[in-house]
Amino acid sequence: MVDREAIVNLVRNIKQQALEERDMLINALHQIQNHFGSYIPVEAAKLVAEELNVPESKVYEVLTFYTMFSIKPRGKYVVRVCVNLPCHVTGGRQIIETLKQTLGIDFDQTTSDGLFTLERTSCLGLCGVAPVIMVNDEYYGDLTPKKVKELIESLRARGEGR
Amino acid sequence: MKPILVLVSVDSNSILLGAKQFVNYLKEAIEKYNLRDTVDVLETGSMGVYTQGVVMAIFPDDIYYSVRSIEDVEKIVSEHLLKGRAVLPLELPKERLKLVVEKERVTEEVRIVLRNVGVIDPKSIDQYIARDGYFALHKALFEMTPQQVIQTIKESGLRGRGGAGFPTGLKWEFTAKVQADQKYVVCNADEGEPGTFKDRLIMEGDPHSVIEAMIICGYAVGATKGYIYIRGEYYGSVENVQKAIKDAYEYGFLGKNILGSGFSFDLTVRLGAGAYVCGEETALLESIEGKSGRPRLKPPYPPTQGLFGKPTVINNVETFANVPQIILNGANWFKQFGTKGSPGTKVFSLVGNVVKRGIVEVPMGISVRELIYRFGGGLLGGKRLYMVQTGGTAGTFIGVDKLDVPLDYESFRDHGVSIGSGVILAMDEDVCPVDVALNTMEFFEHESCGKCTPCREGTRLAVQILRKMSKGQGQKEDLETLKQIALVTQEASLCGLGQSINVPLLSILDNFKEDFVNHIGASSCPRGVCRFEKPTKVKTKV
Repeated sequence: MVDREAIVNLVRNIKQQALEERDMLINALHQIQNHFGSYIPVEAAKLVAEELNVPESKVYEVLTFYTMFSIKPRGKYVVRVCVNLPCHVTGGRQIIETLKQTLGIDFDQTTSDGLFTLERTSCLGLCGVAPVIMVNDEYYGDLTPKKVKELIESLRARGEGR
Repeated sequence: MKPILVLVSVDSNSILLGAKQFVNYLKEAIEKYNLRDTVDVLETGSMGVYTQGVVMAIFPDDIYYSVRSIEDVEKIVSEHLLKGRAVLPLELPKERLKLVVEKERVTEEVRIVLRNVGVIDPKSIDQYIARDGYFALHKALFEMTPQQVIQTIKESGLRGRGGAGFPTGLKWEFTAKVQADQKYVVCNADEGEPGTFKDRLIMEGDPHSVIEAMIICGYAVGATKGYIYIRGEYYGSVENVQKAIKDAYEYGFLGKNILGSGFSFDLTVRLGAGAYVCGEETALLESIEGKSGRPRLKPPYPPTQGLFGKPTVINNVETFANVPQIILNGANWFKQFGTKGSPGTKVFSLVGNVVKRGIVEVPMGISVRELIYRFGGGLLGGKRLYMVQTGGTAGTFIGVDKLDVPLDYESFRDHGVSIGSGVILAMDEDVCPVDVALNTMEFFEHESCGKCTPCREGTRLAVQILRKMSKGQGQKEDLETLKQIALVTQEASLCGLGQSINVPLLSILDNFKEDFVNHIGASSCPRGVCRFEKPTKVKTKV
């Protein structure tokens, strides 16, 4: 269930931080996604539309345009792997293969225990320590297939599935 | 002040190498050895180099260490701090950090944009002020008219450092001349160009320089509101910039009646949400306005019709970071660096297979060779350099024959080598140009916003052809088709994203044609990178 009051309060807070009347939508969506962890439920998006007085269709369009937003629940750990050239030529390809193998899923899929979602990302601006991945809001650099396997195993041991 | 100061790089790249952990350990060790009255520890931004270790500098000894483990920290404390003996095996060669001009003409690092990065605590406004911070703002507000500010920037010859290289002063002048009830200043900090991370390090290491420049810009063009649009994934930058804005408000550099001058300016941060196309200026404006980041048709350009339809100056982080120094020291001072057509310095990111990855700020006109071999330390594992991508993903692929081209805004026109956002991505002999081209076009296919057909379909088609080639199923005609796609997409696309696709695609096809030709009809990838698949045979009944 979406806590109506919490969402409305969030949006009203955003309104107070605004410089202009129309600069709030993406800011609001960011905070709502943080509130729910890794996605934005439809009911919450509808509330945003209501509070900011924009059409629901518009909120949905924005939600689906940006890769950082998701309309369906993601795993407890969202693994974002950089697929761009600076990572690609420093061993990124093996990192992607290792991730897919270790997790047993492809891009944009979630493991059946609900722990991991694998996503591709553009450059994370950490090419000084490429290849790089991000797990939720933590970065991991200078990766090798071995390090990736260890990382996933330790997360698996830590996290409980749903 | 305590006699010994230890500076530790704690920027986002260094944190991944253990910086936080090392700093904590260092502080504990200082307590343990009873050095708390002798040694100060300061967390600062990037010192520019990542040798797979965290850089620690010790003053007044002026010694730089590359630290990889807790044991290294322990060694530095017990040997250097306690006994005053340098730990030689950990020492970084000074020439990489502080270059000395030798007899032969070599390029020295010149720090204008990065002058405070790796030197001050980015979270302290006092330290910024101690380095002449906000002096330029004071000078602009009390000693100069808005026209004089614009004139100074125009005369300095500063050009946009985001990639396009448009004269900054001219942009400001256009905006200043338009009459409007509201104008805006926007900082483009949506750094998504693969290989570029200079803006992040500027924001993490010296956020006030950007803020100060934006206020000066607002004064010059008559804008009273500003936005810094930062990539959503750049947590460290967001944190430091937000802290800096808060402090600037407290000190009266932002808000109503700044320093009693009568000029007011408000500034806030907006986050991107994962779309490369939002680095395109009009798409970025759309995004601030709460829409999908789809570029607008130009003209009208932002100086006349930008954010919320109002006149808007939109500049890159690095461009802004130059401004306070230009105002303080004058246009002529700035022009002594760099080349005639491209004055000043440029921050380059050295990435890929080089030994020392990192950033370096040098005068315009430096060659790719110098960047890779002098500052980057050559190729890892002593491998041979095979290809270089300059300028970012929308930049150019060049071979070793073009290493001596001087990099400035004219180099693309004169030699076909792009300076772009300053990426130098070195690739060794283990890469396959077909695979590289495929990776590059996959990026554009994914990031195309889909608004206009040439870009949406052109990138998709190019990926399909290159994917086929990388599976060993390419045909000779494919090369010609790819060129056609590149040219049409360039001609017919709505915005800079689609219009620039031809640059990487044509440069890799032209400079590495032989590799593409050899790839076609071969039994396996000549460079052992691509995995060939046999075409699936369709059985027909006889």
